[in-house]
Amino acid sequence: MDAQDKLYSETIKGFWRENPVFVQLLGLCPALAVTNSAINGLAMGGATAFVLLGSSILVSLFRNLIPKQVRITSFIIIIATFVTVADLSLQALLPTVHKELGAFIALIVVNCLILGRQEAFASRNRFPYAVGDAAGMAVGFTFALVLVGGIREILGNGSLFGLSLFGESFEPWVIMILPPGGFLTLGVLLIIFAQVKKSREKRSALEAGKEAA
Amino acid sequence: MSTVKRAGPFRLILTLAVAGFASGLVLVTVYVRTAPLILENQKAALEAAIYRVVPGARTRKAFEVEDNKLVPYEGDGLPMENAVFAAYDDNGVLLGYGIPSEGPGFQDTIKLIYGYDPKTNTIIGMEVLESKETPGLGDKIIKDQDFVDNFKALAIEPEVVAVKTGTREAANEVDSISGATISSKAVVKIINAGNQKFLPLIAAAHESEEQP
Repeated sequence: MDAQDKLYSETIKGFWRENPVFVQLLGLCPALAVTNSAINGLAMGGATAFVLLGSSILVSLFRNLIPKQVRITSFIIIIATFVTVADLSLQALLPTVHKELGAFIALIVVNCLILGRQEAFASRNRFPYAVGDAAGMAVGFTFALVLVGGIREILGNGSLFGLSLFGESFEPWVIMILPPGGFLTLGVLLIIFAQVKKSREKRSALEAGKEAA
Repeated sequence: MSTVKRAGPFRLILTLAVAGFASGLVLVTVYVRTAPLILENQKAALEAAIYRVVPGARTRKAFEVEDNKLVPYEGDGLPMENAVFAAYDDNGVLLGYGIPSEGPGFQDTIKLIYGYDPKTNTIIGMEVLESKETPGLGDKIIKDQDFVDNFKALAIEPEVVAVKTGTREAANEVDSISGATISSKAVVKIINAGNQKFLPLIAAAHESEEQP
């Protein structure tokens, strides 16, 4: 595989094949907590993307300077700095978005998706791959959050991105925007993802069998 | 991480010190840059809210609490604490007061401002400035227009009471939000606390004005 192909595959994997929420089951806390509407999912995804990209860039650039024994501490310092920068900037520039997300911005620090990517990827790979990996994971994470948030908003509030869909006659399932709705939605999506993966594996195994024969 | 030999303690301390120093530098820079903007945003939100909770208001004057008396605020902009705002119409006629108040909600402190009309002794508007209530439930104290409308003509004697959804009868009762009773009650409590603190001061200020 040449460099171009590797860069492409490292970038694209986070969206579907190794989607952080649906496949790796990482970052579930924000995926459950802030996804009661599509727009909240999008804003949370954006903030996480900023932190993930920034941290991956720094960790990848300095990976040879950070001694192994203190790597986790160093990663956390880098991540926490980016989170605080995001928190303050949102408060200063987009106060309405910050009002929506509240405490969840500060909690990006403990999103295991971000630390996980530093430990598993950025600290072992060259700069362009680290950027590709972070960008792919960030897009995949945002996609998952918007999907969960969109489904919950449609069922629980009868709207999508704040636009009313069904008119007055629709009786919203209030439970879908409450915490249990997050678990229900994510659970159903995980079943679907697992099924798709299974049937795809079966098909490729069949094809491989045919070719062998 | 590609270094095979283990780094000595000096190297470890140096790495963390440099990382900590760089992080501190970035944070201080960002904080210094954003702090005035954040304060501006809060003041702008408060300013805009004064005109919404006292309908028809065009100008406002800030009064600070000093020695248990209301005195005109001399500083620049808006005082953020321990102050009330008198709101006037185009002709300088007093319409009412914007009274900020805060207290514990379901999750964290709720900060709000409400409009008070001394002539009719009623509350004429309410707006939540800051809260971390549960998204989708407790945050209806901001988003549920039916709940906010409770505060458009609300009697305050003997005190404001939150009642079960849809059972509002007396003029001093507020329909709670179903599913967010605690947040609804918190808002009512915060308003009662604000009344207790500021209404005597406002009444005193009016009396002294009438007897020059």
